[in-house]
Amino acid sequence: MRLVILDDYDLASEWAAKYIRNRIVEFKPSADRYFTLGLPTGSTPYGCYQKLIEFHRSGDLSFKYVKTFNMDEYVGLPRAHPESYHSYMWNNFFKHIDIDPANAHILDGNAEDLEAECNAYEQEIAAAGGIKLFVGGIGPDGHIAFNEPGSSLVSRTRVKTLAKDTIVANARFFGNDLSKVPTMALTVGVGTVMDAKEVMILITGAHKAFALYKAIEEGVNHMWTVSAFQQHPHTIFVCDEDATLELRVKTVKYFK
Amino acid sequence: MPSNKSVSDAPIIQFTNCRILREHKLQREDLWVRDGKILDPEKLFFDEKGYADCRLDCGGAIVAPGFIDVQINGGYGVDFSQPCEDVSAGVSLVAKKILEHGVTSFCPTLVTSPPAVYHQVLPQVNIHNGGPDGAGVLGFHLEGPFISSEKRGAHPERFLRTFQSGGTDDLMETYGSLDNVAMVTLAPELPHSQSVVSTLRQKGVTVSLGHSVANLSQAEDAVRHGASFITHLFNAMLPFHHRDPGIVGLLTSDQIPAGRTVFYGMIADGIHTNPAALRIAHRAHPSGLVLVTDAIMAMGLPPGRHTLGQQVVQIQGLHAYVAGTKTLSGSIATMDMCVRHFKQAAGCSVEDALEAAALHPARLLGISHRKGSLQYGADADLVLLDDGLRVRTTYISGEEVWRAEL
Repeated sequence: MRLVILDDYDLASEWAAKYIRNRIVEFKPSADRYFTLGLPTGSTPYGCYQKLIEFHRSGDLSFKYVKTFNMDEYVGLPRAHPESYHSYMWNNFFKHIDIDPANAHILDGNAEDLEAECNAYEQEIAAAGGIKLFVGGIGPDGHIAFNEPGSSLVSRTRVKTLAKDTIVANARFFGNDLSKVPTMALTVGVGTVMDAKEVMILITGAHKAFALYKAIEEGVNHMWTVSAFQQHPHTIFVCDEDATLELRVKTVKYFK
Repeated sequence: MPSNKSVSDAPIIQFTNCRILREHKLQREDLWVRDGKILDPEKLFFDEKGYADCRLDCGGAIVAPGFIDVQINGGYGVDFSQPCEDVSAGVSLVAKKILEHGVTSFCPTLVTSPPAVYHQVLPQVNIHNGGPDGAGVLGFHLEGPFISSEKRGAHPERFLRTFQSGGTDDLMETYGSLDNVAMVTLAPELPHSQSVVSTLRQKGVTVSLGHSVANLSQAEDAVRHGASFITHLFNAMLPFHHRDPGIVGLLTSDQIPAGRTVFYGMIADGIHTNPAALRIAHRAHPSGLVLVTDAIMAMGLPPGRHTLGQQVVQIQGLHAYVAGTKTLSGSIATMDMCVRHFKQAAGCSVEDALEAAALHPARLLGISHRKGSLQYGADADLVLLDDGLRVRTTYISGEEVWRAEL
């Protein structure tokens, strides 16, 4: 793996955005070959999205020939709800760039047949030629997307029940009313992300430090699903100083 | 990109580089319009996989809902109350000119007139949406003749009327038909007015109190029966008194039925109301304030003598008096002037000033789901303003209908 450590959140966001930009630009996408990008939501990637929008506005980056696949979406939450991941992606990314709406894929948490929706999503990814670069985050419990502790490390896109911790953590977005927080989500599987050519995980903040430690300094374990990427040939962990607080000094020195 | 919008093939316009008034704040957001209505771009993106057909750079302008003037008696030499064979031509002329002031909908107002005038004039102008030819007509505002003699202002005394026992009979006999009527101003102290107020409400006509010597409890009674507006607050009514606030007391009355708002018109031309009085009203009840021009025929004309209804007026500078007296007969301020003056005099925010000219009148008339705001689904009647709140461009149903010369 590569472990890239930046001084703070802003620098980490900028580094990650530049990496994504460079990858897309190098690829020279066109109508015949699209660049496929996997995308996360949440507070961690927010700064990265802001930077990507900046690059787009200054003319350095076009998403015209980019296809995106988001990692997850809540089940049963109206798509127009301000906390849905559709809303997040529209407000924080899609509305500011030139992506073709037909190329922006997000799981539909209100589909009639959720299982069919998940299978169709896997097929769409395959039809697009697989994902070149999957960007993700990590939960405090070490989960990637909604692959909560205990998820199979070879799992595919499916319906998941959310862990109690996740529901409590999300309550702040639903007026602190636990009854309003969705309890299920559709998520790409660990295996789905592992299929990507390259994976970049963004981890910032001291509250993620322990999860990072478990993910890269301990063994591959389904209780800390991000650890699965130890077995991926091209993984980059981008983090700020605070996220490294639980790592051994030796590890940090090696990568710095 | 290939077009694959599924709902409609109508072109989609995206107004960019602007600040739009939404949810009571000016926000840096784009405004999307299709088929003459404000479009939800998120739905367009996800449901239809659609995108804009053309982008309009607004040059940093403020985009606000088009202004709505619920009290305007004429302008540019046209007097709505003057009977003639082609009233609609006069209304159209004014409708076209007021686009320059950012007004996209209005209520042509008739002052106290004899029944013959109402019978002739009302059927000639239907309620209709605006367009490149002029602002939309929301219906007539009939100010009188059921008003107080003492507070008639510029209205001709000989045509004032009262309600006989029928009440409603007098109403229909006087006006003929209420089909094209949006609002009626009356004095609630007139006997038998309560049933008239209720009847008007039932027919969907907004009832306003004005040109009246009513005390607060008579005014509250009228509100209970359905009245919801005060015509040009402070003018043509008893002054506020601390033991009987009169109609002015409605602004802070605790007798207003739950869920209802009493709105009040303010002529913010710097002449009809002292700025301190304007501020008292605004601070007491900010959400009820509705800016009106009460513009008369002379608005837009040079100084001199002109006719208003059945009387003659004298223009001096920004003042318009009943000829030979010092009684104000109406204003010659334009709506955008009123918005600017109101903001400056009240010291309020830009958002408050803009809402007083659009959102509040729309709420008053019960049309706020389609006018007076930039919410999704509303009619795309817009006014683009610079930071000084001067009108740059006016749109009706998403189509440009007036543009200021640079």
